Amino acid sequence: MAKVTLLTDFGSTYTKLTAVDLDSERTVGFARVPTTVRTGLPDGLSDGLSELKKQGVTTIAARLACSSAAGGLKMAVSGLMPELTVEAARRAALGAGAKVWRVYSHELTRADIAELNAAPPDIFLLTGGTDGGNKANILKNAGMLSRHAARPFPVVLAGNRAAADEAADLLRAFSPVVCPNVMPTLGVLAAEPVQAAIRTIFLKHIVRAKGLQDVASELNAPLIPTPSAVLAGMTLLADGTDARPGLGGIAGVDIGGATTDVYSICRGEPSEANITLRGLPEPYAKRTVEGDIGLRFSCRGIVSAAGEADIMRHSGLSAEALQTGLSQRENDPGWLAAAGSDLQLDKTLAYFALAIALRRHAGQLESVYTPLGQTFVQTGKDLRPLRHVLLTGGPLIAWHDAGALLAAALRDSGSSLLPRSPAVLVDRGYRFSALGLLATWQPDIALRMMLKEFSYE
Amino acid sequence: MDKKTLVIGVIGADVHAVGIRILDYAFQDAGFNVVNLGVMVSQEEFIAAAVETNADAIVVSSLYGHGELDVRGLRDKCVEAGIGDIPIYIGGNIVVGKQPFDKVEERFLAMGLSRAFPPGSTPETAIEYLKKDLGIGQ
Repeated sequence: MAKVTLLTDFGSTYTKLTAVDLDSERTVGFARVPTTVRTGLPDGLSDGLSELKKQGVTTIAARLACSSAAGGLKMAVSGLMPELTVEAARRAALGAGAKVWRVYSHELTRADIAELNAAPPDIFLLTGGTDGGNKANILKNAGMLSRHAARPFPVVLAGNRAAADEAADLLRAFSPVVCPNVMPTLGVLAAEPVQAAIRTIFLKHIVRAKGLQDVASELNAPLIPTPSAVLAGMTLLADGTDARPGLGGIAGVDIGGATTDVYSICRGEPSEANITLRGLPEPYAKRTVEGDIGLRFSCRGIVSAAGEADIMRHSGLSAEALQTGLSQRENDPGWLAAAGSDLQLDKTLAYFALAIALRRHAGQLESVYTPLGQTFVQTGKDLRPLRHVLLTGGPLIAWHDAGALLAAALRDSGSSLLPRSPAVLVDRGYRFSALGLLATWQPDIALRMMLKEFSYE
Repeated sequence: MDKKTLVIGVIGADVHAVGIRILDYAFQDAGFNVVNLGVMVSQEEFIAAAVETNADAIVVSSLYGHGELDVRGLRDKCVEAGIGDIPIYIGGNIVVGKQPFDKVEERFLAMGLSRAFPPGSTPETAIEYLKKDLGIGQ
């Protein structure tokens, strides 16, 4: 057999192994096995490998892997003003593939630290102040952490450079990684240095702490958080390579059981004159995570965001049937809806999940009446011109009306800058994280495979 | 010596973009570190920027006549945000129509602004007062 590359995605529940033949650019094997966090990941991996062997995959030439196992990369971030350094820190962490577990603004309190002590984050991102700006806040927070944290955890310091040395001294016990400021001057988001530091810590500490080192040592490229692989794949699909152009600006939605991730790869700047852009500049490759939107564990989040009445009207279920359906989904995350009203409820939930998650991700356009006439203010990204939306993950990719659900979710956009009339791509084989991984290593092959694997709806 | 930081911008729904650029250059030229928020800036944005950058003064521009409504409550919010003592200047066409400026100034000072400048004031005038109020070159 030719050169087979093994792409492994260690998920929180399942480990997915995709074997790809780089010469013929085809998927030659796929296995899904339970993730074995307790007995060590190699256990589950070897189950998967024997499954692949049955499919004829015997020799493996290269290995790549990403992981969201054992809770993924759990981060807490802090900054000074909620709409400035706090938002910059949050965006930098999300773009690094983290699960942003807590967001703190202004000064950390004892209650905040108690929360951190009860469930320490994998990484704490401490920011605050532009360069030469406010120093007091980051120093106060560094002091709070050093005095009250029960045990040190990895810290990335990316605030006012004028306070960096002093803050690092206060946090000596945490051996902080000192980075350039995430917001060096007002309104500038410098995410890359912070994200590089997060990746380094992920490799050095987190991989070991989560029992991933046996797996990581056999890889041909560093183990990365799964959302980073997906972002890399989305960016490649949009931008293309020197050899082949990509699809241009694109958005992607991954509806899971517990969370819904939305990605957009585009500048998203105002597309018309007479629009003033306000707020922090948006990252070109943007990721948002909706922790309350999911089809199983988080299904009640969808109901509270959409309103029970709308869910009942859309699904045709009675209040009683709805409650039964929701309990079933919460209690059994692996449950599959087969047909009838079960499937109808899943589709209703998926429709609202798409509508809500995309509206939270996209920018807003408000009309303002001024003495000089009507003018428009845009905050966030304008996704209207995007020509493609990719659906990946969850039960959605198995449905034949996924595209219609998305089209319905984009209707009545109101002030949201949602894609106007995108073509819908569906990742039917759930290859996205695997091909995203490949994108970091063999972009040309990964791009051709993506264009082949994803089907137009 | 450390440069003094000014947060500047055009307040409210005002989209006059030229004057604020001229002020930006003039203030930089005079040795200030300038954080220019551009046009259509809300009170909250002025305050957030001033806190984050540890600004020494806020300079508000308003050219469309509604400055009086737009700056109402700005001082109270600064107090609330912990920067109650920060000097706040305003200039431009800050009220509707031709009114005696001493009356206008009185109203703005009563609202907690530190200085108000009549139409036609030059950047140099503002710079002079900034130097005085921030204790530069003394």
